[in-house]
Formats: sequence, C-alpha cells, structure tokens
Amino acid sequence: MELVISLAIGVLAGAGVWLVLRPRTFQVLIGLSLLAYAINLFIFSVGSLATDKEPIVKPGLNPDLFNYSDPLPQSLVLTAIVIGFATTALFLVVILALRGLSGGDHVDGKEDEA
Amino acid sequence: MRAELVVVPVLLPLLTAGLMLWAGEGRRHVKALLNVLSTSLSLAAAVTLLVWVQSQDAVAAFGIYLPGNWPVPFGIVLVADHLSALMAVLTGTLGLATLLYALARWQHAGVHFHVLFQLQLMGLYGAFLTADLFNLFVFFEVLLAASYGLLLHGGGNARVKSGLHYIAINLMASLLFLIGVAVLYGVTGTLNMADIAQKLQAVPTSDRGLLHTGAAILAIAFLAKAGLWPLNFWLPGAYSAASAPVAGLFAILTKVGVYALLRLWTLCFPENAGASAHFGGGALIWGGLATLAFGAIGMLASQQLARLAAYSVIASSGTLIAAIGFDAPALSTGALFYLVSSTLAGGAMFMLVELMERSRQVEVGPQQIDDGRDRLPAFFDAAPPPGVNLDDNEDALIGRAIPGALAFLGVTFGICAGVVAGLPPFSGFVAKLAMLQALLQQGTRPAWALFALVIVSGLFAATALIRVGIRHFWGAANRASPKLRVIETLPIGALLAGSMMLVVWGEPALRYARDTADALHNPERYIRAVMSARPLSPQPGEAP
Repeated sequence: MELVISLAIGVLAGAGVWLVLRPRTFQVLIGLSLLAYAINLFIFSVGSLATDKEPIVKPGLNPDLFNYSDPLPQSLVLTAIVIGFATTALFLVVILALRGLSGGDHVDGKEDEA
Repeated sequence: MRAELVVVPVLLPLLTAGLMLWAGEGRRHVKALLNVLSTSLSLAAAVTLLVWVQSQDAVAAFGIYLPGNWPVPFGIVLVADHLSALMAVLTGTLGLATLLYALARWQHAGVHFHVLFQLQLMGLYGAFLTADLFNLFVFFEVLLAASYGLLLHGGGNARVKSGLHYIAINLMASLLFLIGVAVLYGVTGTLNMADIAQKLQAVPTSDRGLLHTGAAILAIAFLAKAGLWPLNFWLPGAYSAASAPVAGLFAILTKVGVYALLRLWTLCFPENAGASAHFGGGALIWGGLATLAFGAIGMLASQQLARLAAYSVIASSGTLIAAIGFDAPALSTGALFYLVSSTLAGGAMFMLVELMERSRQVEVGPQQIDDGRDRLPAFFDAAPPPGVNLDDNEDALIGRAIPGALAFLGVTFGICAGVVAGLPPFSGFVAKLAMLQALLQQGTRPAWALFALVIVSGLFAATALIRVGIRHFWGAANRASPKLRVIETLPIGALLAGSMMLVVWGEPALRYARDTADALHNPERYIRAVMSARPLSPQPGEAP
C-alpha cells in the first residue's frame, strides 16, 4: 500500500516536473496538473494509510496514527483540489489568450531563434 | 476594542466584492464609490487595530478573534499584533492610493477591476491577520488569484505573456507551499502557527530532518513570492507589464512573502529552539545579499523606467530577507522601518513611472527598447537632432516658467528617488541608518557584507535614478507638458507625504518598529496569547 502510493506520487511528480520545464504552454499546464495530483496524494498519505478502516479513535487503543487515520489531511486535500482546479482553469484561459495574441503555443510567445 | 474588529478588514472587502458582482458589468460609478468606501473603511479598521495594539503594554497587545468559535488549536484564529496591524495599515494605505489613481483612467480598461481589487485587499488583509498555516495558504491563493486578474487588467501581448510566467511560477510556489504545510502537519500534528512553534521543542531527533525539510520547502514558496534571487526572474517582466495602479499595489505583494517568512521563522526557529535554532539563517542572509546585489545591478542596467522600479522592489526584498536572517532585534527594527518606507516609495514610483512615460512621447531620447531582450543601448545619448534647444544654444532659457505638471513630476520623482536610494533627509535614510547601526554591533563577516552592500546598492540606486531624472527632466526644453489630473497626482503626493511623516515622527515610528521587533523576538508571548484564547460560551437561555 505504502509502496504503491509512494511510487504513484513519485511518477506523477517526476512527469510533472519534466512537463513543467517544457517550452509548450499546454505541456506546462498538464505538468502543473500532474504535480497537483502528486501533492494531493502526498497530503492524503500524511494522515496515515489504511484499508477498510474507519477514521475514528477506538476505545482502548492508543490514539496515534498506527490505530486510526487522521481525517484532517483529507479535508485539506479537498480545499487544495478546489483551489488547484480553479487556478488551473484560470491558467488555461491565459494560455488561450496568449495563443490568440501570439499565434503560437511557446511559453515566451515566440519560437526560439535557431 | 471589540475582538470582532480583527475580522472586519477581511469580511468587508469580501462583502463589497460580492455586492459589486451583483451589480453586473456596468454601473462603474456606483462600483467606484463602493470600492473607495470599502477601502477607506477597512483602512480605518486597520488603523484602529494599530492604535489599539500600540496603546496596550507589550504582553497584552494581541487582538485575537476565533471566527468559528472553536477552541484554539483546532479552529482558525485571527490575530492582530504589532506586525499584523502594521502590515494591514500599509495594505490599506497603498490600496486606497492606488485605487484613487486608478479612478482617473485605468478602471475603464477592463470589466471587473473593482471586484478583483477588493478580493486582492481581502487576500492581503487575511494573509496578514491569520494565525493558521493552512488558512494562510487559502488567503495566499485568494490574493494570488486576484492578482492574476489584476495583472492581466488592460490586456495586450506583454501583459498576457508576463502574466503566463507569473501564474506558472506562483502555481509552482503554491504547490511547494502545500508540500511544506503537509510535512509540518505530519511532524507536529497541528496547523495553528503558535501550536506548531510550541510543539517543535518536543519533536524527536528522528523527525528533525523531516521537519527541516518541510520548513525549507515552505520557505522556498515564500521566498519565490518575496522575489529572492534566483527565483525572481519573473518579477521585472510582470511588474513592468502591469498597469500602473496594479503595479503600485503589487509593491506590497513581495512584502507578503517577507512577512510570512518573518512571522514563521522568528516564531519557529528562535535562538532558544535547541537543535533547530536559527535553522536556515545563513541561507536567508546570503540569499538576501545575492538578491540585493542582483536588484542593484538590475537598477543600473534597466533602460525602461518600469523595470527600474521593479528592480528596486527586488533590492528592497533582498535587504529585508538578509536583515531577517541575522535574528537580531535591533536589525529587525531598522528592517521593519525600511519595509514601510520602501513599500510606500515603491508604490509611488510605479505610478510616477506612468505619468513620466506619458510626458515623454515627444521627447528626444533613445528609442523605446522593447524587443523583449532588454538589451542595453549606448550609455550616452547620441547627438540630439537639429532644432533642439540645449544649454549651449543661442536662446535664453532664463525667465521661462517650468510647466506646473512637469515641476510636480520632477519634485515627486526627486523625493521618490531619495527614499529609494536612502538619501538624507528622507525615510529611506533613517531606515538604512538604523540597519547600519545594528550591523556595526553584529561585527560578523556576513554583517560587514550586508553593511557594504546596503551602502553600495544605495549608490547604484542613486546613480540609476539620477540618470533617469536627468534624461526626463533636464532634456530638451521644447516639449509638451504632460496633462495630469488631480486624482492622479493626489495619491502619489499622499504616499510620499506618508514617507515624509515617517521622518518627522521618526521617534514614535522607530519605537513602534522596536516594539514589533521585540514581540517577534519573544515568540513566547505570541504563543501564550494565542493558546490562552477561549471560545465564547453560549449565553444562558440560548440554544447551544
């Protein structure tokens, strides 16, 4: 479980960083989205991972992360998702505006001079 | 003072923005009136907070409000202390000045200017007043989202292009912010800043590395917003492309990063924090020094006035970050004074730039260089074209009155340059003097480096600004005087009058800065005040 989540976060973040460093605006947008997914998963995993268990403190057990999942990171993820979604949409609008103004999809508005 | 006053500067702009959206796209006069009213009222609330904070003795000077009425480490807390109140007043002042300036022309350049402006103010006030790390993230996003819209206000290729860079960089920084918050939450199990600081002492050695990683990632997010070199290449482009009032308001956006750093670093890693004491202090100092050098050289190299102003913002950020890194109360006192002075001057500068560019359309001088490369032309101007009246020419210049508008621009530009470069008798000088004095007491090698750089960067700034002044005001005589409106000149005059007031009432201003620095360097008071806040109990007879 931990291994799968860690690998997923790593792959998403790696692909995201690579895409953000690309010169095309759409690649940057997808890169930022992938990074946001990686980070949402990361925040989610901070509250400890467990399958088929309810996130509540059980009587008789020590209330630490071995015995229950902290629900607060999940609520943080919800906020982060909403904010990330809105800013990505805004970024997309600016990308389209730049494309309309410059006629290309290079992040600097014009192609590199060879 | 009632505790509810703390939440007024956050709620009022939000309500006003909602009301304006309701009014639809037209009715610009109503919106402008609402905007001015709301900005003035929130400024008044901020000033009331400042006066209240100052009138209390140091231990009790914390206005605390629990918006959800939850007990402290669990719910969100808003705190008005010395630093928050100061930053809130600065926000309100700059907001009102730039808004008045925008009323002349810029409000007509796009649809939702007033709504975005109010949301920007809400984000700024919220970021300065909150005492919860995740809430800080939310207010950062509010102010950034509004700033994206404001930066694009007016449209055009340059704005959209630099806006794209600005948004991409800030989205990355926000993601880093989230990682930092998550790691800190994972280590300490809380999001309340005071509670985090309190629990840092008890973090086991095995988790220290993780804690430091989280704090460093969080700091990178703040430093990118503060414009630390090498994370600041977006800044000159974005600030010089923004419309004049927006760029003026943006003068405080880099200060938000500086504020967050100052607040959290002094709270979490003070001298007595054991293994984590002064964590990353060296990085702040050397990073700040590099930023200051970069800003100073950039000022000297800029050919466009707006870029020059943007580099001066970078230089002031660098000075502040380096000064914070020393963790010395005397130095922080000077730095806080410098923060106020440089923000006021920076805001005035961006607005002046536009008025000066307006007067320049018929002027002799180098071509407008805007090929995107910011290449330097020859340092000296080429020979003037024929027909220009220079000093050694035949016509007598004596007795010809300077047009009033040009005289106003010249005088305000001179004052602005004096404040930015830190020349006496302006407020920049008082601030730099206070910092230099404190640096002399430090006596370490980084302190001497900052000492030298503050002086040299002042020289660079003075050289760059004097060059611009000569080119603009001592140029050819036969040029049209720019047309200025009172509502455009008033805010610039008011901001500079504010910076002059800092000199005239230098003693109380410095005393306030010293109290602020004292409060910052004794985080126990802040922690105790926040942790001892209690939710209101329901009134008898009321449903729970």
